[in-house]
Amino acid sequence: MKHTFKGGIHPYEGKNLTEDKDIKEFRPKGDMVYPVSQHIGAPAKPLVKKGDQVLVGQLIAEAGGFVSAGIHSSVSGTVKAIESRLTSAGTKVNSIVIENDGEFRSVEFEPDDTPLAELTRETVIEKIKAAGIVGMGGAGFPTHVKLSPKDLSAIDHIIVNASECEPYLTSDYRRLMEQPDEVIEGLRIVLAIFPGAKGIIAIEDNKPEAIRSLKEKLAGDERISVHSMKTKYPEGAERQLIYANTGRLINSGMLPADAGCIVHNVDTIHAIYDAVRLGKPLTSRVVTVTGDAIMEPANFLVPIGSSTQELIEAAGGFLNPPEKLISGGPMMGKAIYDTSIPITKGSSAVLALTKDEVAEYEEGPCIRCGKCIEVCPGRVMPEHLANLALQGDFEAFQKYNGMECCECGCCSYVCPAKRHLTQIIAGTRKEILAKRKK
Amino acid sequence: MDLTAIIIAACIVGAVGLLAGVLLGVAGEKFKVAVDEKEIQVRECLPGNNCGACGFPGCDGLAAAIAKGTAPAGGCPVGGAPVAARIAEIVGGDTEASVRKVAHVRCAGDCNKAKDVYEYVGPKDCRIAANTPGGGPKGCAKGCLGFGSCVAACEFGAITIVDGIAHIDPALCRSCTKCTAVCPRGIIEMVPEDAGAIVNCNSNLFGKDIKEVCAAGCIGCGLCARNCPTGAITVEDHLAKVNFELCTGCGTCKEKCPVKIIE
Repeated sequence: MKHTFKGGIHPYEGKNLTEDKDIKEFRPKGDMVYPVSQHIGAPAKPLVKKGDQVLVGQLIAEAGGFVSAGIHSSVSGTVKAIESRLTSAGTKVNSIVIENDGEFRSVEFEPDDTPLAELTRETVIEKIKAAGIVGMGGAGFPTHVKLSPKDLSAIDHIIVNASECEPYLTSDYRRLMEQPDEVIEGLRIVLAIFPGAKGIIAIEDNKPEAIRSLKEKLAGDERISVHSMKTKYPEGAERQLIYANTGRLINSGMLPADAGCIVHNVDTIHAIYDAVRLGKPLTSRVVTVTGDAIMEPANFLVPIGSSTQELIEAAGGFLNPPEKLISGGPMMGKAIYDTSIPITKGSSAVLALTKDEVAEYEEGPCIRCGKCIEVCPGRVMPEHLANLALQGDFEAFQKYNGMECCECGCCSYVCPAKRHLTQIIAGTRKEILAKRKK
Repeated sequence: MDLTAIIIAACIVGAVGLLAGVLLGVAGEKFKVAVDEKEIQVRECLPGNNCGACGFPGCDGLAAAIAKGTAPAGGCPVGGAPVAARIAEIVGGDTEASVRKVAHVRCAGDCNKAKDVYEYVGPKDCRIAANTPGGGPKGCAKGCLGFGSCVAACEFGAITIVDGIAHIDPALCRSCTKCTAVCPRGIIEMVPEDAGAIVNCNSNLFGKDIKEVCAAGCIGCGLCARNCPTGAITVEDHLAKVNFELCTGCGTCKEKCPVKIIE
């Protein structure tokens, strides 16, 4: 039986644009921008000042607390300014701007060949922390925090999220196809610090090549298994992934660790390999530049901090004038209105579409068909929640489990009346969370 | 049909009715709750729309509190001075009503002055729009979004959207503060009805940055503060603020303001 969950949708995949394209190394020429908040938690504290010389891999901002992550320069050059710059979230964030000298002179990295059995938990966590690794699927939760749960022995599954259920995205797939050994080694490093855990690499079955090659490489390995998942959005959402692979359910008040699981994105696992084995900090990631408005859609290995504009130019620029630009995938990515924004640790894709399907239709009244309830992987009632949200009844919104929404967008996608259900619910969730903080 | 059956039935019903009536009459006298005469009179003076702006559970709640003396005679912000005067006559005491406060939108960045940075598609609701990237399509993250959540919240029809920003008619405003609570950007403020000067901007952005997004933003130049004869205006965090108690309404600041946002 295939690993799957209740609900979900099958949107147009669009992965054929880039799935067979090798990862190309992208070398930025212009200024690099490093927002100090690329992760969940306290913003990083800048360590450099205007006029300082920096090298590739040099720490330019240190973690601002335990739940925080340092930031490293991905180019060599001079610090130009520390000022607020626009990010993909649409807000201005304090950022370190570095003038790139184009030479990419690097600090020395110290490789480490310690056998897996001799790796201690402290050194691994320390190296991951020093490398500034955060979850690279988008949320940006600091990895060293994720790997330090309260009860170590309760963790019995380490899941590598390679389902990549978002349409158009192929960055994780290319990483798996081109560097499977590094990813497997990265997973083994994580397994080494969780002796009681099993490793799962979860891949959607629309990537048979990746499943086959990993299964071959892992033949005979008892600790790591490759799970073929049913192709369905949002198979890669953390809660759905855990349910599909282990049958355990968690809610918004719980962490994956409460279900004995730790979930990592493919790129994060690769970054762990880089940090522990090569001593390299997180300074680059794979970004898919795609969409029907892009001349030559491609996968790039992009230094973090590069300008989105330069990256689009590297992909040949625009084929047609784009109607909509998205940072991330089309379902959960953020629409952006300015291409000057930098690529951050969580930017998995730049998507340029010639048609804005959301703007094309007028919103109509609910016809009570119940499709949104059918597809909701969070098992809530989107139409009812949206009505409560619009009425401003936050108490009832929470009573009907509005906080369990994972904002995957399935309800909006499937709604025949084209109601902006996800947007309404997500906006209200944010407001309630902000009120709780007060 | 037998007539006696009908007569018997009618007698029984009549007797039961009489008995119940007597019992109710006795109970009504015996378990009577003493109601303060004043409370009834005060309640009659109040507007009766139960908006809750006074902080009591509806007009009945306020009337009871006023009659007991735990709330001032001018406790109803909706009724204002005339109601306060009538209540003061009943309960006695302070007839001097406080200055009525009205809601005011502190933003002058209409669609001609403050540009949208992107096209917003979604529900026409400020609270939802405020949670989209950048806090809504408006370039200024503190300005009025103009989707009219306050219009929907106002029970008195005092708010209209003109050129993309909300305007409150002070004559219609009943000071219930529902609009100030619903506005996600918190730009609606209660100001004295006779305020001499109000700064129509809510942005703490630096002068250069606000210029980029709005032609009617406070640049924090401080001309108003320097020229105010009574020292009623201060500039804090790049935004001018008027102290209504000191303001005499002389109008100097309005003349001096280079962006003309003091009204």
